[in-house]
Amino acid sequence: MSRMIPHLVRRDRASLRMAVLAPLLALAAAIFVNLLVFLAMGKNPAAVFYALLLEPFLGWSSFSEVLLKTGPLLLIAQGLAIGFRAKVFNIGAEGQFILGAIFASAIPVYFPQATGQWIWPAMLLMGALGGALWAVVPAFWRVKLNANEILVTLMMSLIAAQVLNYLLLGPWKDPMGFNFPQSVMFQYDAMIPILLAGTRVNVSLLLALFSVLVAWVYMQRSFGGYQFLVGGLAPKAAAYAGFSESRAIWLSLLIGGFAAGLAGAAEVAGPIGQLQRGISTGYGYAAIIVAYLGGLHPLGILASSLLMAALYIGGDNAMVSADLPIAAVRVFQGSLLVFYLAAITFVRFRLVWPQHKAGAA
Amino acid sequence: MSGLSFILAGMLAAATPFLLAALGELVVERAGVLNLGIEGIMALGAVLAFIVVYHGGGHVAAFGLAALSGVVLALVFGWLALGLRANQVAVGLAVGILGQGLSSLIGNSYESLTITGIPKLALPGLSALPVVGGLFVQDAVVWLTLAATAAIWAMFRFSRLGLILRAVGENPHAARAIGYPVIRLRLWAVMFGGAMSGLAGAYAATVYTPLWADGMIAGRGWIALALVVFGTWLTGRIFFGALLFGAVSLASLVAQTENWAVPSQLLSALPYIVTIVVLGIITSNKRLLKVNGVASLGEPFGP
Repeated sequence: MSRMIPHLVRRDRASLRMAVLAPLLALAAAIFVNLLVFLAMGKNPAAVFYALLLEPFLGWSSFSEVLLKTGPLLLIAQGLAIGFRAKVFNIGAEGQFILGAIFASAIPVYFPQATGQWIWPAMLLMGALGGALWAVVPAFWRVKLNANEILVTLMMSLIAAQVLNYLLLGPWKDPMGFNFPQSVMFQYDAMIPILLAGTRVNVSLLLALFSVLVAWVYMQRSFGGYQFLVGGLAPKAAAYAGFSESRAIWLSLLIGGFAAGLAGAAEVAGPIGQLQRGISTGYGYAAIIVAYLGGLHPLGILASSLLMAALYIGGDNAMVSADLPIAAVRVFQGSLLVFYLAAITFVRFRLVWPQHKAGAA
Repeated sequence: MSGLSFILAGMLAAATPFLLAALGELVVERAGVLNLGIEGIMALGAVLAFIVVYHGGGHVAAFGLAALSGVVLALVFGWLALGLRANQVAVGLAVGILGQGLSSLIGNSYESLTITGIPKLALPGLSALPVVGGLFVQDAVVWLTLAATAAIWAMFRFSRLGLILRAVGENPHAARAIGYPVIRLRLWAVMFGGAMSGLAGAYAATVYTPLWADGMIAGRGWIALALVVFGTWLTGRIFFGALLFGAVSLASLVAQTENWAVPSQLLSALPYIVTIVVLGIITSNKRLLKVNGVASLGEPFGP
């Protein structure tokens, strides 16, 4: 046996200190490793670091763009975390987001002349319905057909991308759009009102912030939240106490789809203003990272969504100022999650070196 | 060429990326580990293999590097999931996201470039048959993949190693009690799975469609994961499942040549729709899963 390798010993109780430290340690490790990668790519690491991680927070105009990206990430991640806690792994938020955007766009596409302040709220509602509808398939497949929701939600995302392509190249293509795969530009009343004057941040940010409150109350206070906790941690105990696993699956997936669909609607009725191929820059996948990095806790997710949004803006900055390919941001995101998952091990376990153990015995 | 003989001739090549990745994942899951990172491991293998061939390094070196990159990502997975006992679902997703990010970063300046594939080898006699003849004209990797399928089938069916791997997956505590190094065996299985996924990606980008485009794996790694479930963890059934998906993914090409009045997006989505439908049919048969499933799949193991 290899005697020099330290081994893991389960802590008597989870370490709160480690739980708070883990994302920070992960961020430090990700910064360190990625700067080495940028150095190897011949980029100036200091310039990249500045553009990627500092610049987004410096100055109101760039920080307002961070807030703009925080909205969808926060909303989607908050919805996903509810499922993840119950061990329902909805990884298809990307597709639910796209369906939300499509459903919301149906109103301005079919009623381009309509006016009135009812339009954008109706679009948000349609979007949430579309996202939830897309989550019905994986929920039904899991509850009734016993099929793994991970695979079904992912397949539904790949199908959603094709539905979007079909609409944009076919029936919903803007006839005056020079053959670009995009819909008409939406009318004024289809746009969500601006929240912060002089920026692109709109009222949907309040919805995202409200989701933090709802998730927090739901998880920490309510009986429903308790059900999820027990369902995720001890399915047998939950069943014994009369909690229904299938109800938790339905709720998790529908809430996740609802939130992602809402985010998709807010994107087309907000900064984009039309349905197009680039409506999501991987928000549905990035939100998985946001949910984990936030410790699946409503307040933690608030912080991690800000960080991830800053990385999006920083990535755009670094592309312009340091000639960094945008894919570098995806590598950064991926390594951040890898390091985080390594770090949270030490919430439940501690490292014991062999000689210490020998001394104690 | 008629639609049927076209599908028969192309089916094996189209099935090969699915089959290579699914065979690797079969070994991983038989040992009780769930690695969801296949899609990203395939993407990294694909871009690295493409770059090697593009710069004249040849297909052998390309496949070698792809397999190696697969092992490296598998070791990252193994370190977290086996060494640190982290949640295997989350770790698989993380490794997948990392692999996809790395592939688009590395492939950034190779986007849309093309290379030449490798020649097809005909089985004398059989390849001259009408209609089915095309089935016997395949490239070397397809023949090798068929051999690997047979070898893995035989390993699980006849060998001691196959038995030990199954024991580790069924009941790791019992396997450990009778002296098998559970974690080390699982790590080897995970590394094998990573290598196979890397090869699957290399085949996709340097032989099947010899070009690089970001996102070109297009869900094939996820379908490979579904194939392991379709095949109820049995090599032979996984082989036929991969053939089915090979044929389905050729449908859009056939539709183009035969001028079917179907939106191309529906045909692109067809493999994903078929996956969902077949998954529902197979998994609703709980008895089937219970007989052939892996008892400790995805559960972290620690002494």
